[in-house]
Amino acid sequence: MNWTWFHRLGSPPSFYRFAERLAPWLGVAALLLLAYAWYGGLVLAPADYQQKDAFRVIYVHVPAAAVSLSLYVLMAVAGAVALIWRMKLAECVMIASAPVGASFTALALLTGMLWGKPMWGAYWVWDARLTSELVLLFLYLGVIGLHAAFEDARAAARACALLAIVGLVNVPIVHFSVEWWNSLHQGSTILKFGKPAISADMARPLYAGLLGTYLLCAYAILRRTQNELLLRERGTRWVREQLAAAAGNRDGGAHVS
Amino acid sequence: MTKRQKRMVAVAALVAGLALAAVFGFTAFRKNMMYFYTPTDIVEHKVAEHARLRLGGLVTVGSLKRGEGLNVEFTLADCEKSLPVRYDGILPDLFREGQGIVATGQMKDGTFVADEVLAKHDENYMPPDLAKSLVTADGKHSCAPFKSVMRAAG
Repeated sequence: MNWTWFHRLGSPPSFYRFAERLAPWLGVAALLLLAYAWYGGLVLAPADYQQKDAFRVIYVHVPAAAVSLSLYVLMAVAGAVALIWRMKLAECVMIASAPVGASFTALALLTGMLWGKPMWGAYWVWDARLTSELVLLFLYLGVIGLHAAFEDARAAARACALLAIVGLVNVPIVHFSVEWWNSLHQGSTILKFGKPAISADMARPLYAGLLGTYLLCAYAILRRTQNELLLRERGTRWVREQLAAAAGNRDGGAHVS
Repeated sequence: MTKRQKRMVAVAALVAGLALAAVFGFTAFRKNMMYFYTPTDIVEHKVAEHARLRLGGLVTVGSLKRGEGLNVEFTLADCEKSLPVRYDGILPDLFREGQGIVATGQMKDGTFVADEVLAKHDENYMPPDLAKSLVTADGKHSCAPFKSVMRAAG
C-alpha cells in the first residue's frame, strides 16, 4: 500500500491547506444538519407518551454526550500517535480537541441536569453514569491545564498525551455504567441491540443532530488545529507565506468594497 | 527493537495495565457502584432497621393507595420480589403505577419508609398513540434495569 498521501498530510503546511479547503464544507453541512435537527426535534417530532415535551432535551443532550466520549477517544489516539511517532500534527490535534470535548461534556452535564430535575425529580445524583461523566470533564480540564503549565510545547504534548491515555480507561466506564451497575440514568437508546427504542419520527432529527454535532466538532477541531500549527510553526517560511497571503486577500477585499 | 517500537509497546502496556486494574477494581467493588438495592436484596437479606439506603423497582400496578394529605402507600417490585413502601411528600411528575422509581429511606417493621422518591424512566421514546398499541409500554416497564446488588456481589 502507498502511504505517501498520509505522510504528506502529516506535514504541517499540507495539513493546513487541506483543513483550509475542508473546513468550510464541514461547517456549512453542520449548520444545515443542526438546523434541521433542532427544528425537527423541537417542532416536528411528536411529544413523548410519558415525558411529553420534556423529552426534547434529548436533541441536545444525546449528541453532546456522544461527542464528549468520541472526542476523548480522538484525543487519546492522537496522544498515542504523538508519543510513539513524535508527530507534531498529532500533538496539535490532541490539544485542539481538548477544549471542544470539554465544552460538549459540560453541555451534556448541564442539559442532563435540566432534564433530570423535571423528570427524575433531582438535578444531580451520584450514580455511576453521572459521576463518570463528571470525571470525564475533569480529565479534559486536566489535559488543558497540564498543557498550559509547560513552557515547551513538545514537553507539554508528551505529558498531556500520557494523561489522555491514562484517562481512556474512563470512556468504557461512562458508556457501560448503565449496564454494569444499577443507576438512576436510563440505558442506551440508540446503541441498543434489538428493536429501536425510539420511534422513527423522533429518531430522524436525533440522527441528524448526532451527525451535525460530529461535523461541528470536526470543523472546530480542524480550525483549532490550524491555529495551533500557526502558533507552533511561527517563524517558518510557510507560515509567513500563509499570513502574507491572508493579509493580501484582506487588502484586496478592502479595495473592492 | 527500535526506539519507536519500544514506545509503542510502552503505550500498549500502559493501556492494557490500566484496563486490567480497572477490571479488577470494579469487579471487587461492584456492590459499591450500585446506586440502589432492589426488593429482592432486602427481602432475602436482612437489613438493619434505621440503616438509610436507596431502593429501586417498579411501582406494582394496582397497589397505589393515597392516604391523608401527601401520604402514599404502594408496593415496589423487581423481577422477583416485592416490598411495601410508605412515603409522605411530593412525588415526581412521572410517578404512577408501573413506573420505575428509586426511593431513599429506611426499613421499619417490614415496610420501607421513604423520605425521597425519584422517578427512573426507561430508554424508550414514542408518541402516545404508538404507546397505546404496544404491550410493553402503557404503564408496564421492564424490570431488567433493577439488578440485585447481593447477587452481583457474588
